[in-house]
Amino acid sequence: MERIIIDGLSFSLPLFIMAIGGIYSEKSGITNLALEGLQGVGAFTGALAAVLAAATFSGSSQVPYYLAMLFAVLGGMGYSLLHALLCIRFKANQTISGVVINILAMALTAFLTKFLNRSVFGAASDKFVLGVSAKYTVPGLSQIPVLGAVFKDMYPFELIIIGVAVIAWYVMYKTRYGMNLRACGDNPHAVDAAGVEVAKIRLIAVMVSGGLSGLAGISFAYSISANFSSSIYVGYGYLAIAALIFGNWTILPTLGSCLLFGFARSGGYYLVQKLQMPSSYSDLVMTLPYVVTLLLLIFFSKYNRAPRALGEIYDKGKR
Amino acid sequence: MGKTKHTIKRGMVRLLGNERYQAVTIPMFAILLSLLAGAVIILFQGKNPLIAYQNLLQGSGLLPKASYAGYKNILTDFTSFMNAWTPMLFASLSVAVALRAGLFNIGVSGQMLTAGFIATLTIGYSSLSAPLAKPLVLVAGIFIGALVGGLIGWLKYQFNINEVVSSIMINYIAQYVISFFINTYYVNPVSRQSNAVSKEARLSMMDTLVGNLKMDIPLCILLAIITAFLVKFLLDRTAFGYELKCVGTSRNAARYAGINVGRNIILSMLFSGALAGLAGVTYYLGYFGSIQPKVLPSTGFDAIAVSLLANSNPIGIIFSSFLITVISKGSTYMNSASGLESEIASVITGVILLFAACGAFIQYKVKSFQDELAEEERNLAEKNQNPTERGNG
Repeated sequence: MERIIIDGLSFSLPLFIMAIGGIYSEKSGITNLALEGLQGVGAFTGALAAVLAAATFSGSSQVPYYLAMLFAVLGGMGYSLLHALLCIRFKANQTISGVVINILAMALTAFLTKFLNRSVFGAASDKFVLGVSAKYTVPGLSQIPVLGAVFKDMYPFELIIIGVAVIAWYVMYKTRYGMNLRACGDNPHAVDAAGVEVAKIRLIAVMVSGGLSGLAGISFAYSISANFSSSIYVGYGYLAIAALIFGNWTILPTLGSCLLFGFARSGGYYLVQKLQMPSSYSDLVMTLPYVVTLLLLIFFSKYNRAPRALGEIYDKGKR
Repeated sequence: MGKTKHTIKRGMVRLLGNERYQAVTIPMFAILLSLLAGAVIILFQGKNPLIAYQNLLQGSGLLPKASYAGYKNILTDFTSFMNAWTPMLFASLSVAVALRAGLFNIGVSGQMLTAGFIATLTIGYSSLSAPLAKPLVLVAGIFIGALVGGLIGWLKYQFNINEVVSSIMINYIAQYVISFFINTYYVNPVSRQSNAVSKEARLSMMDTLVGNLKMDIPLCILLAIITAFLVKFLLDRTAFGYELKCVGTSRNAARYAGINVGRNIILSMLFSGALAGLAGVTYYLGYFGSIQPKVLPSTGFDAIAVSLLANSNPIGIIFSSFLITVISKGSTYMNSASGLESEIASVITGVILLFAACGAFIQYKVKSFQDELAEEERNLAEKNQNPTERGNG
């Protein structure tokens, strides 16, 4: 039971922060299927920073870990500019742009990882080895029965994510920028008439989604895979999108759907271990989050209300 | 500064301005830009991009290599290139049909995998004779692909589920479930792939002795090219194609005109899935003879590039799929001949995609350049006409 909660949380929280990024972008009216690519590029820049920094700092130092987080956010943000450029400036189809950006991210990071490994580190390898991040247990709280597991074996990134999520929630629902952003997704012309620049709001929203996705990417790299390789692209970004659709583009319900995915996954693994099934059965367990997503979408898509101007190119002249 | 800007404008308009040829010139422009971008990356690694690109052509059997192994020459390279081209062509047509109805079928890979797997189980492992097995494989591919594609369309119609999200979910579910079945029941302990399909069921004749050459002969390449023309006919010359186009352009207008939107969404996905199924069987029972567990074919994703590049025109797809296959197929030889990472091929494909996605913007930009130039000329003409008036005034 404890393991289900611990593993479930370490999967749900990065998914959650990525979904928040998606909500920012989609609430501002930009369809963002690029989350998958953004988290991959973020994980790549973060892992690169960590590997480079690891050479200067001692083995047990935590500095590379936090540097990795920082650079993952910057990398994701930088790469998201491409999506913003295509969607806002070049007025490309946003769905196509998102998918294109994912494909390019996969190709680019695979190429750069191999290239940098060969030219900088002199090793023929297609991954950056990171190791699993250190874990903390909160002394008193972890003793609480059942729920105490939440505070046991926490990854540091989980705390960071919770902090960032609270800020993101506050900005979205309690500030002027957040209000403008939400208005952009429903009626950009009204926002424009009020004297606020729609393109700027959307640009910032897409960059936020890039940064948050980068954070999620490096968190996955430090927990699930313990390295950066093309194995980071297993659809976490699309899961996050499903989560935010299921959460009806609002932050708190989205947390619920992310937790559901996380626990479905960790619960399935636990079951495979408990029943001592052969390891190939874990392939079946891996499908659980996807199956759950599909089923939930079937039941809840009807009640969803997407931002009204989602996916529409903003054209000043059109009323 | 203003002068160079003017020449760039003029050049762009001259190159891309003719609207009749823009369907060809703008993709060409996108490809050229991408090849240039690729060349910069290759130069940056201290290699000669021209030689690298030449290697791509050599690897695809379009230019002669320096040396060949026994029983091989440029012709065998070309037939094996066509072997890889067949599934790519089918897959790209599949993307194009869905795009015509405004649907983005990113699930081609999953549909390919499912169709390939089921066809392998039912016919690939059977002892049917060749004249019976080969057509049956095709039928199975069409049927299963259509089923999976249709499911995505139905989910969209019935439950309003975004087709991108549902097809991605189905991709992953198919990938893991099929990997489970292969690893549990059908794995070949040596190759770690599924057991090879029977020679009778295979859609390519591998290592066939023709004269003194050992060729891989793809049996379905002609079918693929004919299919491209059929799809072209269907989309442009039939009521069904027209309805799809209406639904793709404006769902509300189509509904208002009395077109059954839901039926068209499902039909287009059925059709798109069937083509993806054909791609799947020509890939897994043609190009390869087995299935690698836990891997989705990249063909399904490259097909998006191909289709975008051709603006989802089936005839254009014949050419663009040729090009993208040259890049992906030739990359192996480029890797061994120039020592460049073969991943660079997918980077170039990705950049082509990027520029292709901006096609509408390039078109818009060229148009505005044209208007600006026309304006300048008009001003200039006016000035030349009335120099005296101005002096008097």
